[in-house]
Amino acid sequence: MSTAAEVTLVDFDDVLASYDPAMGLEVHVELNTVTKMFCGCPTEFGAEPNTQVCPTCLGLPGAMPVVNAKAVESAIRIGLALNCEIAEWCRFARKNYFYPDMPKNFQTSQYDEPIAFEGFMDVDIPLEGGGTETFRVEIERAHMEEDTGKSLHVGGATGRIHGADHSLVDYNRAGIPLIEIVTKPIMGSREKAPAIAKAYVAQLRELIVALGVSDARMDQGSIRADVNLSLAPKDQGGLGTRSETKNVNSLRSVERAVRYEMQRHAGILDAGGSILQETRHWHEDTGITTSGREKSDAEDYRYFPEPDLVPVAPSREWVEELRATMPENPTVKKARLQAEWGFTDLEMRDTVGAGAFGLVEETIAAGATPQSARKWWLSDMARRANESGTDIADLGVSPAQVAEVQALVDAKTINDKLARQVFDGLIAGEGTPEEIIAARGLAVVSDDGALGAAVDVAIAANPDVADKIRDGKVAAAGALIGAVMKEMKGQADAARVRELILERLA
Amino acid sequence: MPEITRDEVAHLADLARIDLDAAELDHLAPQLSVILESVASISEVASDDVPPTSHPLPLTNVFREDVAQPCLTAEQALAMAPEVDQQRFSVPRILGDEQ
Repeated sequence: MSTAAEVTLVDFDDVLASYDPAMGLEVHVELNTVTKMFCGCPTEFGAEPNTQVCPTCLGLPGAMPVVNAKAVESAIRIGLALNCEIAEWCRFARKNYFYPDMPKNFQTSQYDEPIAFEGFMDVDIPLEGGGTETFRVEIERAHMEEDTGKSLHVGGATGRIHGADHSLVDYNRAGIPLIEIVTKPIMGSREKAPAIAKAYVAQLRELIVALGVSDARMDQGSIRADVNLSLAPKDQGGLGTRSETKNVNSLRSVERAVRYEMQRHAGILDAGGSILQETRHWHEDTGITTSGREKSDAEDYRYFPEPDLVPVAPSREWVEELRATMPENPTVKKARLQAEWGFTDLEMRDTVGAGAFGLVEETIAAGATPQSARKWWLSDMARRANESGTDIADLGVSPAQVAEVQALVDAKTINDKLARQVFDGLIAGEGTPEEIIAARGLAVVSDDGALGAAVDVAIAANPDVADKIRDGKVAAAGALIGAVMKEMKGQADAARVRELILERLA
Repeated sequence: MPEITRDEVAHLADLARIDLDAAELDHLAPQLSVILESVASISEVASDDVPPTSHPLPLTNVFREDVAQPCLTAEQALAMAPEVDQQRFSVPRILGDEQ
């Protein structure tokens, strides 16, 4: 167990002066099927522990798995979207290991016969000073497998695993369909390695959203990334020993984890040490990785073909049917939506650059106008993301919620200023927009009685302004509206206030 | 001819969490070798154009519709657990990831 104190981090530019990074990214996508991969248990998130289990996913003797057709369909669609070949015939395999998160003592996965293989994704990397550059990430394979149970470690001083007395396991998640997408080693990325890793996961997430095959919530673990990284001496080719960092569950962390591991590896190599091939854990709070279990004979998985499941042989007709359901090419789509939304080139570039394209798209799909969607994501949310050092997609505000808040603004329940406080509440996890408005008392006052009284106070306090308005200088009303808004703590319907002022001073 | 060494048997026992002492290894390793040799005699009959069989029946694509079926209750699921805490299976502490 290495600790932060033992680690020497080399300055990022110095890493690049001596080494070339190679990356491999493994992304697990939890499918949004109604039922599990091999049994009819529901997959809904957040159920009471051990209420979505049956003899099959509990690994009880004699239970027989049967493949979920929808999961195979989703796997093929993901494969096609990643420009992969789809296997004409493939099998499931048992990955044998003893760990209580898999009650069967093996995970049903695929080994040397993945359902999809040999694909690629063209990733857009933002360039300094605007614009993007395209980098092709080669996909090795996408295969079907099942998720594990969730374990909770109790009894230790910190509640974390070290020092825990025992572990408590909930098998609701065991058996939920996963698609594991594995890249080939990404070479030649140089200083762009962290940005490429982030952009790849971000674009993959957008693709998954477009396909509609997963909830695609990194914060809930429905997309999880593992980052394999190694360094080789500069310009000499080849691959160094890699570390495999798990638990990288936000877009920003993907970028940070790559950067951190590059700096850590260089520190060890510069000192004449060698990299241990091991699993490492990413710590979101401190931005470091620590050693997990070593890759050793404990990971001798003894794969063999799963005898309880017959091979999957997707007919070419089925594959072609599914190919027809592919979302459109991202570049074509961006051009089409830009025209549809009426964004200028600059607005579009800012939207893509802020990582908000998919968010704006989803917000518009949820009912907001293009300009209001752009306004919230690029002003308010982008500022919050910047200030808190979070990725905009990880803020805790969903596109549907932005659309909902905008609808409340349109209905004059709240105004823009109050909407910002609703977003504060959403980020703090205070409930739905409606609940936050009720709990924080944020609704706009448009009741003439209360507004009229405040207007009268403002007129009395500003007689010279009132005289100007009486003389026909309607523009001066702004000062009185401001005074009323201040009096009403921003919760007044400004348009109605203006009408009341002009009525009284006509 | 496949052969399984005493070291390999020890390694497999370790992976399978079976505690074998030296005497048991001496006893079991040659037995496993005999079993493997017996199975291997099949490859003497099968020529190169016979692929290994993982599934005896020529079936593919046995699928299930994505429709929820009744589950066990938590009580039923946990009935066989050696120990239960917070409606979860309580097991000796495990190393690895908290997830």
